[in-house]
Order: sequence, then structure tokens, then C-alpha cells
Amino acid sequence: MTDLEQTKTDVLVVGGGNAALCAAMTARKAGTRVLLLESAPMDFRGGNSRHTRNIRYAHNRGNDCLTGPYREDEFWEDLLQVTGGKTNTQLARLTIRESEDLGQWMRAHGCHFQPPLRGTLHLARTNAHFLGGGKALMNAYYATAGKLGVEILYEADVRDFEIRDGKFDAAIFEFQGASRKVRAKSVVVASGGFQGNLSWLKQCWGKAADNFLIRGSPYDKGRPLRVLLDHGAKAVGDPRQCHAVAIDARAPKFDGGIVTRLDCVSFGIVVNKYARRFYDEGEDFWPKRYAIWGRLVAKQPGQIAYAIIDAKSIDLFMPSVFAPVEADTIGELATKLELDPSALGEVVNAFNKSVRPGTFDPSMLDDCATRELEPPKSHWARPLDSPPYYGYPLRPGITFTYLGVTVDEKAQVIMNTGRAAPNIFAAGEIMAGNILGQGYMAGFGMTIGTVFGRIAGKEAARFAVDGSAE
Amino acid sequence: MPSTDLLNEAERIMTICNACRYCEGFCAVYPAMELRRTFSEQDLKYLANLCHNCRGCYYACQYAPPHEFGVNVPKTFAEVRLEIYQNLARPGFLSGLFQHNGMWVAMISSLCILILLLLVFFFQTPSVVFARHLGENAFYKVIPYWYMVIPFSAMAICIFINLLLGVINFWYETGSQPGELVGLRANAQAIRDVLQLKYLDGGGHGCNYPDDRFSMMRRWLHHCVFYGFLLCFASTAIAAIYDHFLHLSAPYPILSWPVMLGTVGGLALLSGTGGLLYLKYKMDTAPAAARALGMDVGFLVLLFLTSFTGLLLLMLRETPAMGTLLAVHLGLVAGLFLTMPYGKFVHAVYRYTALVRNAVEQSRGGR
Repeated sequence: MTDLEQTKTDVLVVGGGNAALCAAMTARKAGTRVLLLESAPMDFRGGNSRHTRNIRYAHNRGNDCLTGPYREDEFWEDLLQVTGGKTNTQLARLTIRESEDLGQWMRAHGCHFQPPLRGTLHLARTNAHFLGGGKALMNAYYATAGKLGVEILYEADVRDFEIRDGKFDAAIFEFQGASRKVRAKSVVVASGGFQGNLSWLKQCWGKAADNFLIRGSPYDKGRPLRVLLDHGAKAVGDPRQCHAVAIDARAPKFDGGIVTRLDCVSFGIVVNKYARRFYDEGEDFWPKRYAIWGRLVAKQPGQIAYAIIDAKSIDLFMPSVFAPVEADTIGELATKLELDPSALGEVVNAFNKSVRPGTFDPSMLDDCATRELEPPKSHWARPLDSPPYYGYPLRPGITFTYLGVTVDEKAQVIMNTGRAAPNIFAAGEIMAGNILGQGYMAGFGMTIGTVFGRIAGKEAARFAVDGSAE
Repeated sequence: MPSTDLLNEAERIMTICNACRYCEGFCAVYPAMELRRTFSEQDLKYLANLCHNCRGCYYACQYAPPHEFGVNVPKTFAEVRLEIYQNLARPGFLSGLFQHNGMWVAMISSLCILILLLLVFFFQTPSVVFARHLGENAFYKVIPYWYMVIPFSAMAICIFINLLLGVINFWYETGSQPGELVGLRANAQAIRDVLQLKYLDGGGHGCNYPDDRFSMMRRWLHHCVFYGFLLCFASTAIAAIYDHFLHLSAPYPILSWPVMLGTVGGLALLSGTGGLLYLKYKMDTAPAAARALGMDVGFLVLLFLTSFTGLLLLMLRETPAMGTLLAVHLGLVAGLFLTMPYGKFVHAVYRYTALVRNAVEQSRGGR
């Protein structure tokens, strides 16, 4: 592919996940030549999108895969609640408005949906589930993009942009062991965050980052993000923050995805390596709390914690991929987990003594709580007294990072000067921080990626054709 | 019993799948898996046979190779199935036929053809074999009536008993309750699933053959084979009724039920097996069990040749080639019959049984 050493295209798409493909397909359908650079090899293409399983979009009536209506107003209320108002209202409203009936567009581009089954019934009305999950969606999108005539390069790693007078001119990228350059009339950057970049994570978190597990794609190194920021793009989002979940410490270092989750925290107690409890395990329903537990564990010594439950609770949560450490006594369990047996024994005793009688009910915020215990356990507190006892080691699992670039409603990247770059667009996780200033809402990353991918693709194509993003 | 390593691998994979569950829309395996938290040997044998090898889950899997989890459900389950077929083969000393099954099927069928030809040429003079036989009893002038009826009926009865024992054995192997095997509603559901090939539709979009794209091709081709086979069976059964009760002897006219059903069935089998062989040739081999390929191909080729020679016999039945063709065709039919319990055909038996089990447990909403 020597002709690539100096090549030209109309629209260059940097990234290979949901937003990138939505942008590429849209730009290609607008009649432009499109080149997509995916940094991952083909088997791991799709960034974090390959770990997703559904998308949230507004709809006025249910269908074969959604159980009822989910209107713009309700969507907006939900967003306000999770972000605590930390959102760009204009962009957020745009996202929700443009998300209406997104499913139809997705189907037309090869996506298959499935009716929600057992695992995710609480999302059955609001979120449409991809048949087979996000990797199947990526397969379908890549097939459609290929059919449309989008040129796709895998293992193409963008290193720098050439920007002249505020205008994008060319991208430098590594491909097959050589440095290449591609000139393009416009560029869409949809390359996600930097959770796969351990040295960057270390800059934010120090040595603690060594003990993080990266649940998301290891190919999200954040280089295009770095390039944009270095060229003066205006940052958005807390550079230190990331979506961090408490996951099984035995999970792979990278790319563990959904199966590494552990949903048992609210049914037992969680201690750190000194066998001390450090947070209210029963503060709220686990789906509302798992996203804070990553950070909680990250702040513990050694970035490790241990969830401990007994036989009463072992069947109450989704089965996990790693078998629990099992023992007949708390002391034995402590030894197996390499905790101080007497310290753990004391903590469990104190906890058991403080548990008030109540009616245990995992489906509601029940009245099983502790009394005069610090920290308290507000719900689902039952004495740990039924052997065998089970322990799961926990570590912070990073799914994605929050730092991104500021965009306007045309997905144009805003520079530190306050002006929009005329032919640089961003979509997906790299600009999600504009809309999701904090918090997490299931399937909303895919909404942002799809809506802004399409906008970016459309605007980038328009600029390529007209020479202006008017 | 399948090897421990293989069952351990199947258990490892199902444990990963059960923590993920993204594939629950594809087929019956995943909803059945979700009824369990751990997987016994019996569970794994059952789930492996519930798998219709549509491959949807392989291409959708974020943990498929080269991911370090290396999840490959279709391949692993195909390997488990092969070992179950082998272990449940009766009498036990014939279980070795499942190793290098394609070769055995080819050899046994060739041997059958050879024996038929030798017998024909030993007992009949060439002038009879190569004569043009027209009108009633034409076939029986080459191979006398009872020489045809008795061996094939005997084989059919033995095979039926053998396969029935297979069903019962499999039912026990998977730890199912004895009485539930004959439950009316469960069997009705399983029959519906079979007649529609419900689980080759991959949640409504088909299988992933020959590559990661969804296609109904494999389902339609399998329908051709299945219904073609049934039509040929019906043709034979009607011919037997004609002969025994109506005293109408073969060969039958073109516009008679046995010939029409047999012709349509034969053509369906020909296109179905031909198409499936083509898909096997084109398919991505990553989700395939290499060890099972010979078995699959052997069975398809045998069915193809049987229907091909049957149709050829129909076309040439009034020429001097009839005698030889009849021997070849019957040789192939004999090969098909004899290898039925020791080849790919048994998948129908165990899968049906697994579907009954699935209908039972899904209607109960639990194990």
C-alpha cells in the first residue's frame, strides 16, 4: 500500500467504533470519498462499542423490541437527574431530539434488535437491545460501510494532524510499520477516550493506576484526543475522572467487558486489605451505585477490596465469571483471601451485632439496616452467619475516561480561542462529556455516538463538497 | 462420557456466557443456560445438543478468539456432540465408527454397492441384468421381490430400535426425568421447533453461514433435506401399501404418488445436500469442529448420491442400465441405513430429545 504514503480523501474518519461508523456511513451516503482509520486489528475493531448491548432513544410508541413509549420529556428528566444538571442544555436537547426513532435508521444500516429478555428487563421500555450485543452491531455496520464504499484501514494509528490557519489539512498515521500521511478536506475524530493508555492514566492517578483493570478496549489510547488538545482544542470533562466500576480483581488486565462485573456488594459487606469496612454497601440499588464503587476501591490501600457474603445471598445476583473463594468459617475465608483472620472476625461480629431485625427484600429499599455502626449499612443488612462464606476480590475497572473536546451543535470542535474549527468534527465518547458532565445512564453513550456521528458525518461531507460548513 | 478436558472447556465457556448473556436472543441454548448458575456434565451434554450450530453467538462474541477468554461455543459444542454420539453408539464396540466417520461411511457404502453388484451378477446372467425390462415387476426381475423386502425391512426395524434406545439413553445421560420424555405438550412443542427449524433462524435473521453475515440459506437448504427425506420416506411407504394391499407392483407410472413424491423429494434432497456441501466448502472454519467435518460431509455426500442414483434410476428405468443402477442405488440405500445410527443422522435424534427437554423446562420456568 505504498500509494498510501501520500494519499487524499474527502472525509477522514479517525476511530472505528459506533460514532466513527455512523459518521463514515453518513458521509459516504452524502456522496463523498471516505477513509476510516481504525487503530485496532479487525478482530478487536469497534472500540468500546463492542462491549455495549443497547441504545437509549426517544420514541412515542413501543414496538417489537421496546415495551412502551419513552418521550423526549422523560428522557430529558432522566438526563437531568443523572448529570445533576451538569450538561450543555443545547447539545443535550439536540441529542434527545435527534435520537427519536433512531432504531429505524439503525435497522436500515444493518442493525438487528432483539426483544429484551431476562437480563435487562428494567431497560425494556427505554433501551433497544442489539441482537447479540455491540460486537454484532459493529459487524453489521462494518459490512454496511464496506458495501457503501467506505475505505477502511485497520491497525492504522493516528499520531498527528497538520493544521493550517485553524483548518485541518492532513493526518499522520502509522500503518504497517511506516509513517503515512493522508490529506482530507475534513476530519471526524471519533476515537473514544484514553482508558487503554496506562501512562496517561498514571499521570492522573499516580501509582494507584497500576492496580486498575481496564474493562474497556485496550486500543483506546487517546492519541487523537491528545493531538486535538495539543493543537488547541478546548477540553471538556474532568481530566482525572473515568467510569470506574468495582469488578472482580481476577479479571483480565484489558478488555474484560461485561462479564467481570460483580453484583453482590449490596448483599454483604466490603472490606479493604486491612479488613476494614469503608462505605455503606446498602446505600441504594446496585445499578445506581456500582459506578461509584470503582472510585471507592481506587481510594483504598493497594486499590483492592473484598466483598464477603454468606450462603443466604449466593444465588441472589447474576452469576459471575470467576468462582468465589469459599470457606466454612470467616477465619478460614480471611486466610484464603490473605486478610487478617482476627480483624475480619471482629468486623463481621460487629456488623452482625448491629443488624436490626427487618424484612429482607432485594426488590426494594428494605428495612434491614445496621444500628450504631460506622459506616452504616442502610439496606439489605443481614448477619453473615450461614456458612459457607464467600469472598470476591474487587478492583477498580475502568470502562472509559471523561476528558474530551468541546463541540457545537454541528459537532465542530471548539478551539481555546472560542472559535469553531471549520473542518474538524468530533463524535462519540471523545465529546460525550459535553452532554454527560457526570453520572452514567445505560445506553446513552450509544445515543450520543449515533446522533453526533451522523451530524459529524453530514457536516464533514458538506464541508468537503462546499468548502464550508455552512 | 466425553473427555474431561472437553467438558471442562464447555463449562468454562458457559460460565463466561452466563455472566454476559448478550446472546440470549439467538437460540434456545442461552435461555436454557440462564436457568442455571453452575453446569453439571449432564447440563453440558444437554446444552451441546440443543445448539443448532448457527454461529450467531460466535460472531457476536466479544470474547471470541483471539480474546484471551477464547470463547468458541459452536466449535466446543460440536466437539462435545461428536463425543456423545460416539459414547451413546450401541452396540458399544461400534462407537469407533465415529472416529474417521467420513471414511467409515464411504467404506461401508462402497462395500454395500459392491455386495449388491456381486450378488446381482452372481445370481443373474448378464442377459437379464442388461436387458430392457418393461411393465409390472420390472425391478424384481433383476432383484427378486423378497430379496429386496426382507433385508431392508429388517434393517429398518433394527435402526428404529437402535435410535429409540439412543433417545432413551440420551434422556438419562442428561439427567432428565423419565416420565417427561413422553409429555404431550413438550413433544408437540419440539415437533413444531423441528418442522420450522426454529433455531436455525438466529433470532429472526438466519444463521451466519458461510461468514459473519446473517442468511436464511442454511435453514432453507436444511428444510430441503428434511422435507425431501420425508417425501422419499412417504413415497416408499405408499409404494409398500400399493404393493401389499392394492397389489399394484412397481415400477409405477410417472403420475403416481410414489413416483411424484419420490421425484420431488429426491430433487429437494439433491439441492439441499448439494447446497449444504457448498456452504461447508465456503464456510469460515474458525467456529467449526474440524473433527466433525468428515462425519458431516460423509452423510451429505451419501444422501446426495442416494437421491442422485434414485432419480437416475427413474430416468433410465426402461433402458438396459436399469439393472446395474438398481443395484447401485439399493447399495447406497443399504449404506445409508446401516450407517444411520453411526453417523451424522443421529443429530436428529439427540437434538429432538434436547428440544423436548427444553420445552419441558421452559414451560416450567426452571429446571
